[in-house]
Amino acid sequence: MTPPSLLEVHELSMRFGGLTAVDGLSFTARASEITAVIGPNGAGKTTVFNCITGFYRPTSGGIALSAPGDGTLALERMPGHLIARRARVARTFQNIRLFAGMTVLENLLVAQHNALMPSVVNGLLAVFGLAGHARAERAAIERACFWLDAVDLTARADDPAGALPYGAQRRLEIARAMCTCPVLLCLDEPAAGLNPRESDELSVLLRRIRDGAGGEPGCSILLIEHDMGVVMRISDHIVVLDHGRKISDGTPADVRADPAVIAAYLGEGDEDEVTESAA
Amino acid sequence: MSAVSAGAAALRDAFLSALVALGLFGAMIGLKTEVGPTSLVLVPRPWAVAIAVAVVFAGRLALLTWRAWRPAGTPSPRRLVTAGARAGRFVAPLLLVFAITLPAYAGRYWIDLGILVLTYVMLGWGLTIVVGLAGLLDLGYVAFYAVGAYSYALLAQNFGLGFWTCLPLAGLLAACWGLILGFPVLRLRGDYLAIVTLAFGEIIRIVLLNWVSLTNGPQGISGIPRPTLFGLTFTMDGGPGSVADFFGVEPDISQRVIFLYYVIFGLALLTNWVSLRLRRLPLGRAWEALREDEVACRALGINVTTTKLTAFAIGACFGGFAGAFFATRQAFISPESFTFMESATVLAIVVLGGLGSQLGVALAALVMIGGTELFREFAEYRMLIFGAALVVMMILRPRGLVSGRTPSVSLGSSRQISADLISQGRG
Ligand SMILES: Nc1ncnc2c1ncn2[C@@H]1O[C@H](COP(=O)(O)OP(=O)(O)OP(=O)(O)O)[C@@H](O)[C@H]1O
Ligand SMILES: [Mg+2]
Repeated sequence: MTPPSLLEVHELSMRFGGLTAVDGLSFTARASEITAVIGPNGAGKTTVFNCITGFYRPTSGGIALSAPGDGTLALERMPGHLIARRARVARTFQNIRLFAGMTVLENLLVAQHNALMPSVVNGLLAVFGLAGHARAERAAIERACFWLDAVDLTARADDPAGALPYGAQRRLEIARAMCTCPVLLCLDEPAAGLNPRESDELSVLLRRIRDGAGGEPGCSILLIEHDMGVVMRISDHIVVLDHGRKISDGTPADVRADPAVIAAYLGEGDEDEVTESAA
Repeated sequence: MSAVSAGAAALRDAFLSALVALGLFGAMIGLKTEVGPTSLVLVPRPWAVAIAVAVVFAGRLALLTWRAWRPAGTPSPRRLVTAGARAGRFVAPLLLVFAITLPAYAGRYWIDLGILVLTYVMLGWGLTIVVGLAGLLDLGYVAFYAVGAYSYALLAQNFGLGFWTCLPLAGLLAACWGLILGFPVLRLRGDYLAIVTLAFGEIIRIVLLNWVSLTNGPQGISGIPRPTLFGLTFTMDGGPGSVADFFGVEPDISQRVIFLYYVIFGLALLTNWVSLRLRRLPLGRAWEALREDEVACRALGINVTTTKLTAFAIGACFGGFAGAFFATRQAFISPESFTFMESATVLAIVVLGGLGSQLGVALAALVMIGGTELFREFAEYRMLIFGAALVVMMILRPRGLVSGRTPSVSLGSSRQISADLISQGRG
């Protein structure tokens, strides 16, 4: 039985002046699955993420998210902050974007801003100790601690985020995204710069996020990654992009065997064959 | 051997500096104009030039020697930060006690100076919300100060309202102005934001200057009522309903001055309390996050526009309070009090104090406002001393007097975050 679809990208195109970064891309990400988006450098993967999370307005096409209990949301028309808040799509960035001068714990509390402060009036009432702020704050810290534990950063909760080693910063960014209670988590190259052991731990963490644990509901994942080891190990479904177009789509086994993918990754695939036959 | 060559290099460097100084000062210091019998005559002053050049030579040499001889390891920022934090724990209560007890032993002049300093402390704390926490460079803060002052003056003049009624209204009107200004402006970032806020500050002043029917133009508004103590006035004749009459003491001008002092002290403390409290609340944390990384904030579902607007409005609100106080203290206001110089002074206080540091701002206001007052006898050299002091400060402590940041929340023991990790905001 295949799970219901969560995110439907339909004929998505994104042009920057004369450059078409994404060209008529359609794919589906299903609920409680890890969907990987792979492709050579400059294939348009980050651009797809930016369209989904509202940082870019697509030139054409649609992005529909079936939100539980909220019908279908057209993400291509929503402002960026509402995509995170109402559609509950969280993301990380290819070049880590933490609040470097704030502590690890503060980073996780900022992520819960909307839960802590439903409106500006609410936020101002809190100055006078009203609006049930203290209780909300305790719950937020509890949630932060849960994710700190999940990414193994509890010991560093009071350190500034900018002082963490690279791998820890990557994990913190994932924890921060998870603190927004997302239904879809978009990760842009989370394994970049990690050593093999850290990559393995990341795989375990991502599976745990997908399946849910410790009272957390499962969360679907959209994953951009160059580390094929990680991708093949944990993905349920892979979409391959090249020059903004989808060239393959299927299970890891399907994709690995697809000649179009091999050609795209090896570059001038036919030439290689020619030299081989000549040898 | 290398010491000798280093010494020769230092000498050559110092000699070159002296040469540059000679070129610069030769005409500027070496020639003086004096009124002669028929026309201006030029009086040469070779000695003055010689002294200036010698000072430059010796100074440059001393600087180079110090650089060569100072201990190799510069003090680590972390140690400096914790040392600063430890000192801060003593300095803040001491300052507070000093401020509370000042009227008990200081004369009228000092209390007046205290009022001036406290006004700038309050303005600095208000602007810290915008510049220090939210990282929005606002060069037109004086606009809100002016709106507050004119709000009170006009409400008092036209509707006969008292200071305590008008104070919240002035804050509210200034906050509204902050919102109106914020809407178009907050799309801009960095330098552009700074320039547009600067322009808005000037526009307010020019409107005040030219809207004569409302504001009385350059003549300003006079006869602004003084504040009352629970309905009791501070009149000199000691008639019924005055403080002197109520308490059965001789009426004295210093009573009003002391009262004004405590009013601005209370207002400044209110500003401090609200901003310290906001820092620990989601709103303040969102401001700081915005300063650190706006894109990440958006990805976390924070509405960047409203968050920036609240920072602008709340900062403006305190500017408005300070303005209303200024009006009631002076009893006279005119557009001349609200020039760009005021914005620049307040911003300098905030930057000198260390972005986002409450204690730093208080110290900076004390040094800058108190200092310029004390150096009054040096007349025109005052600004020179002052500029030099600022430059030296920025070389020694580029992130302000009190840099570093205390986390707003912590699981274990809270540690200072050193300034080099903290972003200054890009608008
Ligand atoms: N804001 C932009 N303006 C202009 N061109 C852009 C913009 N963003 C991306 N591009 C271009 O779109 C193309 C796709 O970029 P994108 O960042 O999506 O690639 P990617 O698949 O994420 O690559 P990588 O694996 O290197 O991260 C590139 O040619 C890039 O230069
Ligand atoms: Mg990319």
